Amino acid sequence: MPDPHLDLNPAVSDEVRKTTCYMCACRCGINVHMKGGKVAYIEGNRDHPINKGVLCAKGSAGIMQHNSPARLRAPLRRVGPRGSGKFEEISWDEALQTAVDWLKPLREKAPEKLAFFTGRDQSQSFTGWWAQQFGTPNFAAHGGFCSVNMAAAGIYTMGGAFWEFGTPDWDHAKLFILFGVAEDHDSNPIKMGIGRLKARGAKVIGVNPVRSGYNAVADEWVGITPGTDGLLILSLIHCLMKAGQIDLDYLTRYTDAPLLLDGDPKSDTYGLLLRDAEGRAQVIDRATGKPAAADSPGVAPDPGAHWRHAGVTHVTVLHRMAETYLIPDYAPEAVSERCGVSSAQIRALAAQISRAAYDEPVVIDQPWTDWRGERHERMVGRGVAFHAMRGISAHSNGFQTCRALHMLQILIGAVETPGGMRFKPPYPKPATAHPRPHAKATPGQPLPGPHLGYPQGPEDLALSDDGTPLRIDKAFTWENPLSAHGLMHMVISNAAAADPYKIDTLFLYMANMAWNSSMNTRGVMEMLTRTDDSGDYVIPRIIYSDAYSSEMVAYADLILPDTTYLERHDCISLLDRPVSEADAAADAIRWPVVAPDRNVRGFQSVLLDLGARLGLPGMTEPDGTPTYSDYADYMTRHERRPGVGPLAGWRGAHGDQHGRGDPNPDQIDRYIANGGFCAQHVPPDARYFKPWNAAYQDWAVQIGLMDKATPYRFTLYAEPLRRFQRAAEGHGPHQPPDHLRDQMKTRLTPLPTWYDTADQTNCADYPVHALTQRPMAMYHSWGGQNAWLRQIHGRNPMYLPTALMRAHDLKDGDWVCVTSPHGAITVPVAEMAALNPHTIWTWNAIGKRGGAWALDKNAPEATKGFLLNHVIHELLPPRGDGLRWSNSDPVTGQAAWFDLRVRIEKTTALADHIPPQASPVPPAPKVLRWQVKD
Amino acid sequence: MTTLPTHTETRLGLVIDLDTCVGCHACVVSCKGWNTQNYGAPLSDQNPYGADPSGTFLNRVHSYEVTPDDGPAQLVHFPKSCLHCEDAPCVTVCPTGASYKRSEDGIVLVNESDCIGCGLCAWACPYGARELDAAEGVMKKCTLCVDRIYNENLPEEDRVPACVRTCPAGARHFGDLSDPNSAISALVEQRGGFDLMPEQGTKPVNKYLPPRPKDTWEAETDVLAPFLAPVAEDARGFLGWIDRTLSKL
Repeated sequence: MPDPHLDLNPAVSDEVRKTTCYMCACRCGINVHMKGGKVAYIEGNRDHPINKGVLCAKGSAGIMQHNSPARLRAPLRRVGPRGSGKFEEISWDEALQTAVDWLKPLREKAPEKLAFFTGRDQSQSFTGWWAQQFGTPNFAAHGGFCSVNMAAAGIYTMGGAFWEFGTPDWDHAKLFILFGVAEDHDSNPIKMGIGRLKARGAKVIGVNPVRSGYNAVADEWVGITPGTDGLLILSLIHCLMKAGQIDLDYLTRYTDAPLLLDGDPKSDTYGLLLRDAEGRAQVIDRATGKPAAADSPGVAPDPGAHWRHAGVTHVTVLHRMAETYLIPDYAPEAVSERCGVSSAQIRALAAQISRAAYDEPVVIDQPWTDWRGERHERMVGRGVAFHAMRGISAHSNGFQTCRALHMLQILIGAVETPGGMRFKPPYPKPATAHPRPHAKATPGQPLPGPHLGYPQGPEDLALSDDGTPLRIDKAFTWENPLSAHGLMHMVISNAAAADPYKIDTLFLYMANMAWNSSMNTRGVMEMLTRTDDSGDYVIPRIIYSDAYSSEMVAYADLILPDTTYLERHDCISLLDRPVSEADAAADAIRWPVVAPDRNVRGFQSVLLDLGARLGLPGMTEPDGTPTYSDYADYMTRHERRPGVGPLAGWRGAHGDQHGRGDPNPDQIDRYIANGGFCAQHVPPDARYFKPWNAAYQDWAVQIGLMDKATPYRFTLYAEPLRRFQRAAEGHGPHQPPDHLRDQMKTRLTPLPTWYDTADQTNCADYPVHALTQRPMAMYHSWGGQNAWLRQIHGRNPMYLPTALMRAHDLKDGDWVCVTSPHGAITVPVAEMAALNPHTIWTWNAIGKRGGAWALDKNAPEATKGFLLNHVIHELLPPRGDGLRWSNSDPVTGQAAWFDLRVRIEKTTALADHIPPQASPVPPAPKVLRWQVKD
Repeated sequence: MTTLPTHTETRLGLVIDLDTCVGCHACVVSCKGWNTQNYGAPLSDQNPYGADPSGTFLNRVHSYEVTPDDGPAQLVHFPKSCLHCEDAPCVTVCPTGASYKRSEDGIVLVNESDCIGCGLCAWACPYGARELDAAEGVMKKCTLCVDRIYNENLPEEDRVPACVRTCPAGARHFGDLSDPNSAISALVEQRGGFDLMPEQGTKPVNKYLPPRPKDTWEAETDVLAPFLAPVAEDARGFLGWIDRTLSKL
């Protein structure tokens, strides 16, 4: 019998529209196949710098997100009590007028009474600018509860960290070491990179209490105990220094290792760099044995030197590092038990780093010239690359742990060299090249500068003259001076407590603060609904913008419904969080590949409209008309500096200028024609050694990434931290409160340190670490509404190591009560052998509140799903000193999610559930057969 | 009963690298997306937003824990779809001839217009690779994207199965396993590619590449030791080493 006839050449689609994914923060290029004007199929864009054609499960499931039954349909005004989810639909004019009526008086009298926080926003250079024009100091996005420790530690140490800042050199690394959960940041590039490493036979080592995801394919697993990564890294540094396996030439040329520290206890700059009268950092010149300015021509710095002068000994940074890290406390044998890693494995790890770095250096035959004018015939690197994100960041020792990891990379000469870690333009960019924070509000006026930045010392804190915090989240205060991304997780609790002051309107965008994005979730729900003696809400007004029926929607008074990512304009800007790769500066757009079929508007366009109605400068013409018709118009015509706008490509009247140039009215069309992005390639001689490479510096100036060449030395020794320490020691005009002095002295050390995150007093009561991991096929709570993805990750048992399962007589599907010092939850369990024996974990953000996301009330996400957030408080338990200490990093304020310790008890009872919220969207369909016909 | 071809001109199939598969489910969803739009009936979902969602998928990823005697436990991600067997029991069991194996390239397909949804083929398949679509009542299975791989409406580089095109880690490979000179035959040769459950006698065309040995550092202790030979015991000794090192330059 002949085979049936098959059409082997069916038409795939009518048209392919290329835009940018928004199914997570990775921002891949996508080809959206259209049939009959509808979205039919989504695949990766082969030309795109981020994903080069591939696409993850989330991205391919975008069609289900775009058509989700949880999409909001029209502006809403709350009609039931907060939290009930009862709303009525209103017109956009009514919604915008309501917002104007609330916000205009605030701007005129007290702009700080607006708190505007924007969650997983990808337009922060715009939303931040809007908040700045409004004049409130209270703006940030979600970095403070995500990975600010990694970002800030990177910026302060070397001018960038991982993900958006930098990437492993996948093409040349011979050894790749991955610390902690990293599955959701730089999602596809890491998977692609691991595939490339494996194809070349390079080795992958995973350091993670849980052997899932990327750790499952790692050739070697280090099943570390949570919170001890910094100790392990300092032990590796100990081993490598002791063996002389460090890159002295690199350290001397490119870092502060040879710089002298002021050793005079009586000096005003004690412990800071020793500088001459012109402010130039000093080294000892090997030729003369005398001090000289570090970067003077002909000086050969001695990194091991000391300088005895006027009865005082000044030593180099490297000398201080040797004193700090070569002590026996950091020997593998000393740290092994605490880290849960054998001393033999720690030594093997150090030795493998050493072997990969020095046995066969990575050499690229490409001459280059450094900023001193010295020509180098080849580019030589170390072949050891690292990556880490959330896992090591989300601890109260996370900043110093991330610093330690950056120090390790630098010590072996593996940053910006072949085979190591490579920056992505506009990075490298040191802390000194970033703005400092601005927080002084003036009624009716814009804020004098950007909200967020990198303080260099106590004078940069956001404090009023009487020492009270200027920001509602208390960012940039003595409790957390380097809170470079703000502290979104503290906004609601501080606002509810009117501490440091009462606010009027809480305005949130894309931040599910009533659920998975808050610690102490039940507490936050209570705060959002708390009333004062007169029965008024303590947070008087809440405006929220989201595309979907999230848990947070139920707590807002006014909802501004956003579009899906396929219905909107967006720009992924070099001013903000671009999509560059190491060899190209790249930015991208989203554009409406379909028009919304609901009464919704892109949030950024709404914000511009609102800005014009409020008469905000920059958004309003002198005659009162709006400056920009919508966000697309802003993307095209806004200039942040002359010739530099949100989009770098095809600028100038003829569209032939990249980086700098006048606005081009056809710019967005040029992006669309190019597949939705623009990549400007780094010249071959500028590809590595970027902070010191003359060709890179010139190129970066030429395309507008910076205004002048800015070569700099990496800072193993962080002077800003030392300046805060000096204040804590009682020096200077800006003084911390006494109760914070000890914390600042011990935690804000200028060289990376490690301290225990465990409260030793209650370890016996709470012996188990509890963590979340990120499923690769689900992004936060968004994914739960996705019909395809929830079939993959619709349930989240608590995974227990085998020994704990046996000890508690448990089998898969049994229930346990998980109790922390803050509270208890009842959860189903499953056994996992590939797990640190003191650690339990679950998937992040699978659990949902009933009634949210258009899910059925019996959906397992609501009946069996759970969040660890319920047992994590934003404050630590009382210590008996009359103070409540924050559950966060004392340097940056990053939420210490992963410090959680618990105990478990077998139980049979299901916990009580948070009562469901009413759904503002119609019931979801019972069957899907999603075939789009022509 | 339906007969199998005595010979196929090529043996197209997948080679899946279990050493590289990170278990991200990208292949699962791109397959769902493509095949919902293309070959035959859409892949439906029942109670997609309800208490017990279940839909038709032609490719799923399972994860298994393996605990070796002499090392820590491991997790293996295992993508599974139709293996396009040479002796496909799902074809021979089909009462209507709807299930068939193409003589050109060996792809096993279901001609949906002849499928009565009896489910015998799913019962006969030892791999559990077929799923009866609850909305359409027809058997669905991996088509190896037969409507992509020859499709002249697609750029040549895209004429591969959707799962292969999308796999971020590059763990999925497509090609002709009858050609010993094909890239994927070479991969099977180099990496010890194996048949899934060969004892079933189905002669699967798809191959799996085994995970490489893991956690081997203990065997290397002697080789690694010299890389940590101390140059100093403390800070003072370390500074002396710097001095000696610099003076040699």
